[in-house]
Amino acid sequence: MRPSIPNSDGERMPVEYLDDHPAEATRVRPDRGGETPLLRVDNLSVTFSHHGSKPVFAVDEVSFDVQAGEHVGLVGESGSGKSVTSLAVMGLLPTRGVQVQGSVNFDGRELIGLETSQLRDLRGAEMAMVFQDPMTSLNPVINIERQLTEVLLRHREISKNDARTEAVDLLNKVGIPDPARRVSEYPHQLSGGMRQRVLIAIALACRPRLLIADEPTTALDVTIQAQILELLKELVTTTGTALVMITHDLGIVAGLCDRVHVMYSGRIVESSERRTLFADPRHPYTGGLMASIPRLDQRRGEPLTPIPGSPTDTLPWSQGCAFAPRCPHAQGDCRMETPRLEPLGNRALRCFHPLPPTQTKPRGSS
Amino acid sequence: MTEPLLQIRGLKVHFPIKKGILLDRQVGAVKAVDGVDLDVAKGQTVGLVGESGCGKSTLGRAVLRLTDITEGQVIFDGEDLAQLKGEALRKKRRSMQMVFQDPMASLNPRQSVETILTEPLRAHGIQYDRKNRVQELLKLVGLPGSAANRYPHEFSGGQRQRIGIARAVALEPDLVIADEPVSALDVSIQAQVLNLLEELQERLGLTYLVIAHDLAVVRHVSDQVAVMYLGSIVEQASSDELYAKPLHPYTISLMSAVPVPDPEVEDRRERILLSGDLPSPANPPPGCRFHTRCPYRQEIRCHDERPALRLIEPGHTAACHYAEEILSGAIRPRQADETFAAGPSR
Repeated sequence: MRPSIPNSDGERMPVEYLDDHPAEATRVRPDRGGETPLLRVDNLSVTFSHHGSKPVFAVDEVSFDVQAGEHVGLVGESGSGKSVTSLAVMGLLPTRGVQVQGSVNFDGRELIGLETSQLRDLRGAEMAMVFQDPMTSLNPVINIERQLTEVLLRHREISKNDARTEAVDLLNKVGIPDPARRVSEYPHQLSGGMRQRVLIAIALACRPRLLIADEPTTALDVTIQAQILELLKELVTTTGTALVMITHDLGIVAGLCDRVHVMYSGRIVESSERRTLFADPRHPYTGGLMASIPRLDQRRGEPLTPIPGSPTDTLPWSQGCAFAPRCPHAQGDCRMETPRLEPLGNRALRCFHPLPPTQTKPRGSS
Repeated sequence: MTEPLLQIRGLKVHFPIKKGILLDRQVGAVKAVDGVDLDVAKGQTVGLVGESGCGKSTLGRAVLRLTDITEGQVIFDGEDLAQLKGEALRKKRRSMQMVFQDPMASLNPRQSVETILTEPLRAHGIQYDRKNRVQELLKLVGLPGSAANRYPHEFSGGQRQRIGIARAVALEPDLVIADEPVSALDVSIQAQVLNLLEELQERLGLTYLVIAHDLAVVRHVSDQVAVMYLGSIVEQASSDELYAKPLHPYTISLMSAVPVPDPEVEDRRERILLSGDLPSPANPPPGCRFHTRCPYRQEIRCHDERPALRLIEPGHTAACHYAEEILSGAIRPRQADETFAAGPSR
C-alpha cells in the first residue's frame, strides 16, 4: 500500500519522498542492539550558574540511545529537564552561565565542544527541531517562502528558483492547501495548526536523520493536535527519520514512541519499551503519574490518586532520591543515598523500592 | 431530577466589530455565544467542553454577567440575571463565584493570602471573625494555617489554585463556575485540584459549571456534559452516556482525537481526523456550523439548514440532522482515502 498523509482539509494524499532518492529515503529500521546508534547521549549534565547563587543541575547523568528510524519519548513535568536535554543535544544552549558535560555522539561525531560553524552544518541538514510554540518560532516579518528556503539554500547547492519550487512542494507535503499562494504569505495569516505544519516542513526540508520535537502540540487544540501527530508520525515513518518526542502528555507517547524515558528533576528515573512501561510501571513516579491522570475511557467516580506535594518539593539528587519527599513508598534509605539507574529486565529503573510488578495494572481497562 | 439552579435560555453574546474613527459604525459581530440553552441542576456538576474559540469561556462569564448579554435569559434561583442591574446584581453575585484558569494572574501579588480571602467578605459587608474564618478556609482547601500571612508568589501553581478556590467558596456560594481550573497546572497536580473540587462539592453542597477543553477532565468531574462548537451546544448528555454513545459527529471526532495513555488502546483506535480549522465566529458557515469539517456530512440539509438541539434518546440531546442514522450506523464517516470532492462545496 502506498503511504499517504492527511492534509489540513482531511484529504489524504500519497506521500512523496522528500527527495529524489526513494531507495535511500525508505531506510529500514535496523534491529536494536549490535549496530551503533544514530544518537548516543552519555552521562549528559547541564548546570546553570548565576553569580552569587549555587549552580543548579537542570539535567544530570542523562544517557540514552536513539537508533536510526526509532521513535523515542522523553516524558516529564515542567522543570524535569526534558527541554534542556534537547537543547543540549542540538547545541542550542547559551554559553554564558551554562556548563554542559558528558557526551552527545551523533553518527560517530562528538557534538559537545564542536565548533559552532560545524554544528550549523549539522543543524537543519542532519538533525532538526520543532518547537512548542508555533506562534513565536516563525519570524513574523519574513514571509513563509524565505523562512522555508533559508534552510535549503544554506545546506544545499540549489538556485533560488529551485528552492522556491521545492518550498511549494514541501508545503504540499505537509498538507497545506493551495501551497503556491500560502508560500508568499506571512505567519500571522496562518492558523496555529498551519504554522506548526510550516515548522515541520522547515525541519524536514533537508530530510534530516534526527528530528527532535519539543512539545509540538501543546499550544494546539485536540483535533488539530491529532492532525499534527498523524502528520509527524507518517512523515518520519516514511522517510525513516528518527524522532525524539518531548512531551508531558503520556497519551501522546503511548501511541507514538517505541521507547520511553521518564524524567524527574533532571534525571531519567525509568526507561522502557512503551508497552512494558504502560502495562507495568515500576517507578513510583511513573505509576503515580498514570494513576493521577483522568482518562477518557474511564467511568466517572473512579477516584484519582494524586501524587502529593508539587514538583518543587525535591531533594537534591546528590543527597538521595529527588522524588522521595513526594513518594508514598519512600523509606529511610531513599533520603540518605542516591539511587542509580540500574537495568531491571528489559528496562532501566532508578529506585530502591520499586512498585511490585502486579500492583499497578492499567486502570480503566474495562 | 432536582430542580435546576441555573437555567440558560436562548443566550446570545455578540461582540460588535466596529470600523471608522468618528462614525464608529458596526460592520459585523463576533457571535461568541449564539443561542444556548442549558440547565444546571442543584448539587450537580455540568461540564462544558469545546476547543478554543468555541465560546465556552464567554458563556461562563456571561452567566456571571462579567460580559454583557446580547439576548436571552439567565435564570438563577428564579431570577433573570440578564435584567438585573447595579446593587441588585452585586448582591446576587454573592451566591455565584468563579475559579479562574491562571492562578498566577488571578491573585493580586501585593495582597497577602489573608487579604485575598477576606476581600469578598468585606465587599459584601459580612461580619466575620478575621482569624478564624481565614484559618477555616485554608484548612478547607488543604493549606497550612501559616499561609495566611504569605503572598501569592511564595506558593506553587497548585497551591495558588487552592487559594483561588478558597476565595471562591469564602462567601458560601451556591454556584461555582470553574473556567479551566486545572489546565495551567502540572499533570501530577491536576488530580489534587480535581479531588479538592469534588470534596468541596460534597461538603458545601456546591453546584459546578466546569469549563474545560480536556474531555478526560470533564468526563471525570461532570454529571452532565455539554459539548460546544462555534457558539452553540451541539450535544448534551450524562457523562457516561456521552462517552458510551456520542451522537454528534463533532463529539465523535473530538473523542477520537484525545490520546489515551495506554498503548493497547492507542494501537487499536481508529482516528477520525477532522479537516481544517475552526471557522471564524464572525462569519460562521451557513447551515450546520460543523458541516465544513464534518466527516459524516450529507448532500442535503447539512449546508443550508441549521439543526436544532433535539432529544434523540432519553436525556441525550444532539444538534445533528442525521444523529439517528449515525447511531444506527447507516451513515459512515467518509473513508480516509475517499476524495474530498465527493462532498458538497465548502
